[in-house]
Amino acid sequence: MQWTEDGVILGTRRHGETSAILELFTEAHGRHLGLVRGGRSRRSQVALQPGNSVIATWRARLDEHLGVYSVEPTTARAASLMDSAHALYGFAVLAAHLRLLPERDPHPELFRYFMATLETLHDPRAGATALARFELALLADLGFGLDLGECAATGATQELVWVSPKSGRAVSRSAGRPYRDRLLPLPGFLAMETAGPAAPSDIAEAFTLTGFFLSRHVHVPRQLTMPPERQRIVDMVGRMAP
Amino acid sequence: MTAPVTGPELDRLIQLLAKLPGLGPRSARRAVLHLVERREQLLQPLAGALREAADKVVVCSRCGNIDTHDPCAVCTDPRREAGLICVVEQVSDLWALERAQATRGRYHVLGGTLSPLDGVGPDDLRIAGLVERAHAKEISEIIIALNATVEGQTTAHYVTELLADADVTVTRLAHGVPVGGELDYLDDGTLAAAFRARTPF
Repeated sequence: MQWTEDGVILGTRRHGETSAILELFTEAHGRHLGLVRGGRSRRSQVALQPGNSVIATWRARLDEHLGVYSVEPTTARAASLMDSAHALYGFAVLAAHLRLLPERDPHPELFRYFMATLETLHDPRAGATALARFELALLADLGFGLDLGECAATGATQELVWVSPKSGRAVSRSAGRPYRDRLLPLPGFLAMETAGPAAPSDIAEAFTLTGFFLSRHVHVPRQLTMPPERQRIVDMVGRMAP
Repeated sequence: MTAPVTGPELDRLIQLLAKLPGLGPRSARRAVLHLVERREQLLQPLAGALREAADKVVVCSRCGNIDTHDPCAVCTDPRREAGLICVVEQVSDLWALERAQATRGRYHVLGGTLSPLDGVGPDDLRIAGLVERAHAKEISEIIIALNATVEGQTTAHYVTELLADADVTVTRLAHGVPVGGELDYLDDGTLAAAFRARTPF
């Protein structure tokens, strides 16, 4: 068994005295672990930092084996991530969310959102906007996608400003007005692809929305807790000027 | 299956030594042979030293260092700057800084870094003790000397946020070109960090 693919390092774990177990996220092989011999050497540790991109070749005798990686660094992002708390927290949330996925399960659409988020983490507002979109895509890939295309009550496709916490479907302004205190706000940038970072109030609403459904469908049933770094990003968004 | 060539006592000693960092079963056997051959000079003093260390070594309740006293010798040394605390990940980092005589302040050993992959959260580290120490009147500066890794710096930012309401200056170690380092061999991130942290010549 052998394949070669570009991937982003999500984390490393010590294995013995000299080796490391590398956790990569790739487009075609999903979240995939493997052993890196000599991965704890001074030279390798620099390249094997979370956030860095590598070209990885995975080899194993049988498909179900852990396998051995040989990696060649391509893009070093770790140092720029370390410059700011929001970038580090953002990456920690991305990695924690990706660990909700089963290993070796490809998620090409989520990979696209992941890469887009990774490239914006240096900017707090753009990074938080992309992270909220990533969480929405994560929900879809986990099988709990929200239906934000049309109003659940009227079928309208315009003025969709709420989401029903029961069905996860969008609700239009006019249809949702009588129930507004029971509905979750739907920020415009989640309903349609818009360029540029969203307003802080919209980002906060987006995190409330995705957090509600992630918690209900994923974290609570699995007896997991939301990564604490996510709350720190939400707090940072709350402190941003409108 | 071959019959054992040593008694259970030596076998157990080999097994225990083989668990030490840098030693495997083969090197543990060599070490045990060496110890047995030098019973008077090595084996008995080593056994005594191990017994004494096992009986007396404790973790300092103030800073997390290891010593035979609690508080440790570093915490009780009156010649050290009482207003300075250097935060490190492990005791080995404290020893490295002491070898380099890099600071004359006191230390705080966190005992690790935040690591979601290994399931290490804030409650698993000595962060609460650091925050409590930072609020003492005499403390003026906290130096965050954690590793320049993603996990180390995530922990550094987290600790810094918790220290925001303490009346202390929080600093961290510089990142950049190591002594003896050649620019050609440095990774892009280190080079960029070195340029950002450049100082007047």
